[in-house]
Amino acid sequence: MQNQEEINRLKNIAQDLLNEAKKQGASAAEAALSVDDGLSVTARLGDVETIEYHCGQGLGVTVYFGQRKGSASSTDLSPESIHETVLAACSIARFASEDAYAGLPDKATLATQFPDLDLYHPWTLDATQALAIAIECEQAAREYHPDITNSEGATLSSHQGIRVFGNSLDFIQGYASTRHSLSCSVLGQRGDSMQRDYWYSVARNAAHLESASDIGRKAGERIIKRLDARRISTRQCPVLYSPDVAGGLIGAFLGAISGGNLYRKTSFLLDSLGQAVFPDFIRIHEQPLLKNALGSSAYDAEGVTTQTRDIVSQGIVQGYVLGSYSARKLGLQTTGNAGGVHNLEISSGSDDFAALLKRMDTGLLVTELMGQGVNSVTGDYSRGASGFWVERGEIQYPVEEITIAGNLKDMFKNIVAVGNDMDLRGNIRCGSILLEQMSIAGE
Amino acid sequence: MNLLDQVKQAILAPNGIQELHIEQVMHNLLSAAVDEADLYFQSSHSESWSLEGGIVKEGSHSIEQGVGVRAVAGEKTGFAYSERIELPILLRAADNVKAIVKQGQHVKVNVQPAKDWPTYYPTFNPLKSLADQEKVALLHKLDVETRQLDSRIEDVMISLMGVHDNILVASQDGSLVADIRPLVRLNVTVIVVAADGRRERGSMGGGARADYGYFIDQDLALSYGKEALRQALVNLEAEDAPAGNMTVVLGSGWPGILLHEAIGHGLEGDFNRKGTSAFSGRVGERVASDLCTVVDDGTLVGRRGSLSIDDEGTPTQNTVLIEKGILKGYLQDKLNARLMGVSSTGNGRRESYAHMPMPRMTNTYMLPGASDPEEIIRSVKNGLYAKNFGGGQVDITSGKFVFSASEAYLIENGKITRPVKGATLVGNGPDVLTKVSMVGNDLALDSGVGTCGKEGQSVPVGVGQPTLKIDGITVGGTRV
Ligand SMILES: [Zn+2]
Repeated sequence: MQNQEEINRLKNIAQDLLNEAKKQGASAAEAALSVDDGLSVTARLGDVETIEYHCGQGLGVTVYFGQRKGSASSTDLSPESIHETVLAACSIARFASEDAYAGLPDKATLATQFPDLDLYHPWTLDATQALAIAIECEQAAREYHPDITNSEGATLSSHQGIRVFGNSLDFIQGYASTRHSLSCSVLGQRGDSMQRDYWYSVARNAAHLESASDIGRKAGERIIKRLDARRISTRQCPVLYSPDVAGGLIGAFLGAISGGNLYRKTSFLLDSLGQAVFPDFIRIHEQPLLKNALGSSAYDAEGVTTQTRDIVSQGIVQGYVLGSYSARKLGLQTTGNAGGVHNLEISSGSDDFAALLKRMDTGLLVTELMGQGVNSVTGDYSRGASGFWVERGEIQYPVEEITIAGNLKDMFKNIVAVGNDMDLRGNIRCGSILLEQMSIAGE
Repeated sequence: MNLLDQVKQAILAPNGIQELHIEQVMHNLLSAAVDEADLYFQSSHSESWSLEGGIVKEGSHSIEQGVGVRAVAGEKTGFAYSERIELPILLRAADNVKAIVKQGQHVKVNVQPAKDWPTYYPTFNPLKSLADQEKVALLHKLDVETRQLDSRIEDVMISLMGVHDNILVASQDGSLVADIRPLVRLNVTVIVVAADGRRERGSMGGGARADYGYFIDQDLALSYGKEALRQALVNLEAEDAPAGNMTVVLGSGWPGILLHEAIGHGLEGDFNRKGTSAFSGRVGERVASDLCTVVDDGTLVGRRGSLSIDDEGTPTQNTVLIEKGILKGYLQDKLNARLMGVSSTGNGRRESYAHMPMPRMTNTYMLPGASDPEEIIRSVKNGLYAKNFGGGQVDITSGKFVFSASEAYLIENGKITRPVKGATLVGNGPDVLTKVSMVGNDLALDSGVGTCGKEGQSVPVGVGQPTLKIDGITVGGTRV
């Protein structure tokens, strides 16, 4: 991809969309363009299983006729499609209602600084090279232990793309980014019990991926540990969330303080601004300008400047997660979160994972959650879980087919500690979280 | 104009692609020793309208068009797609995907329209079944009528969606088949607030392979509003659910998601061919009580999960998965059927041209039994009546599944008593149906809202079941 050239080509199409919207009578408009290409290769049982070539493109436009809004999108970037797509958006806007809060963000909130966030690191590799890496990864997993009897394979994916966004307030920006990942999923069997587990690594820069053999070995390690899982009886006990599931707890918090749920009053954290939702040692901060990170961006989905800020400090909610529409509905300012948060980090204490196990002493370590049992209106929480039973700070045996339940409001308050074993693979960066007590349903 | 010609007109003609071009690409693909090869052309138009706070806030329209090119040899698949339906791009894609196979061959293909096949839904464009003005009027009318039902309603949110999907599959045997797939859906969410300030939400929706008239005939739309309100009010009264192992009675209709999660996914051909499912190698074995017969049926007229042909061009069918408790077979696409030495069951589905097909469910349901649903409730001393569910999830390999009740009640001394909230059920797929001790005579299919996710691909599905009694399943509430 000739980057600058391609960014300019897409900027021109965005400008054409905005011009066409104006021509068709729109008082304001936004345009977004994307192109992506990539390669995914899966190896299973030592041989190639799939090779997929990705090559996608799309355009989207939102038009305003005063306070009326309409949107349309297409996978066709041709001039005829630009005309047709704008026509479709305008036709919808004509029938939409007047919405006093609708419209572009205030011009003053739009980003004006565009630092290089170092998000583009293309990986020149062909299918044969990709396959060799996937095979190495899967082999490391399968060789880890004789009880690893089957495999769902290892997949290497490498993608690059360009995003361009513009609006009729003369904002028009674009950037290129890459995303590479390597994952491995294997099965273990002992007697009648069969289990599956996986491990993965993802990065903007392929050089930052964990090595193929490390990923495979971790997948193998995880599966062997969970063989011969048992059930435990119904009880109440402390629960330790491992880092890969702890992020979900913070995700539920973010949902509850996001604009849409707040103005619809479908959140269990209404009017929580300035309130202590967490214990005083909890700080949650947003870092949109981290170089190389997966959630980095200088502007949000509306072109508004993203903010480096504390969402929670000393356990107290300092700000909500808002785009300009929900901000207007709530009588607040946008926080630059149209489209979501950017590299959220939960500050950790000094305890590593082993220290947290000791601190829990006896309880449940949760490493996997299933199902959607979270009610955002009431905070009621009940999900399927598997993990390990812990006594005297030591893992005793794997556990499965149980649920853990509580109310998120209480769960947040009852956080005892956050570990320093931070998982950096997602947009929410979080270590293990220890909760004082939850309800376990089992045998 | 017949269906195939209509689809050619919609997808191929505007891009200047003719049958001879398809032959040329196929010829290129088949110069490698492949077992299956196909081109999947798609043009999909969709729209959505949403109302909240009494106003139609937004609507969107979307066009997705593209082609997927696939070559399969043995267990290996090469796949590429493009949004640009142009001959040079198709030829390059063919070059790329056939590289999965080393050896060459020489096969000549003559593209031939397939003979007629049965269709299970009309081929109209639902987006055009109402003028935009009428769509907006439908939402406003439903909003006003729903709000009039109860003074505790704080807000009503409504969404209306329609899809007009045209697909054309060209396969290595030269066959050319097409489908036009209408799909509509309407959802109503009601937020209620009690005098003490407690808030709850209830949702109900439905849909079909039909046009928007589906919601207007028999006032289905308002029935969704009424049901959403009823569920919200029940939840307002609900107390914390109990935790532990107990007898559970599942309601009819949407709770059939249990079959989909606990049984259906585990019976998909890919997992069983690879030996990664808890049901692998168990055909002919007992996996349910003899009261249970479960089918997957893509041929139900107008249902959300129905397809006339699957995404590999195979006509769909009614496949018996479990008969009187005995596992009969799996759901197959072409690749897995060939490798397992059986025929495709017409379950090869894909989210779009940009995704590879794999075995997926259509409408999965349990046939009715002999028991009166009231008699089933009366037979339970203490337990849980799970009338309706939110989503669920399954681990195919261990068989463990989870799903969350959105409406549930305690059963005390054979009577339904108090509503409870936050009940999650967990169990083991291969076990759960062996504990079915009563099956109702009240088979119902869901209202047409199911979407199934697998390996990142979403497809519309249907589920259904009669009222069922399960002797012992773990309920995950907070009350220990
Ligand atoms: Zn599913």
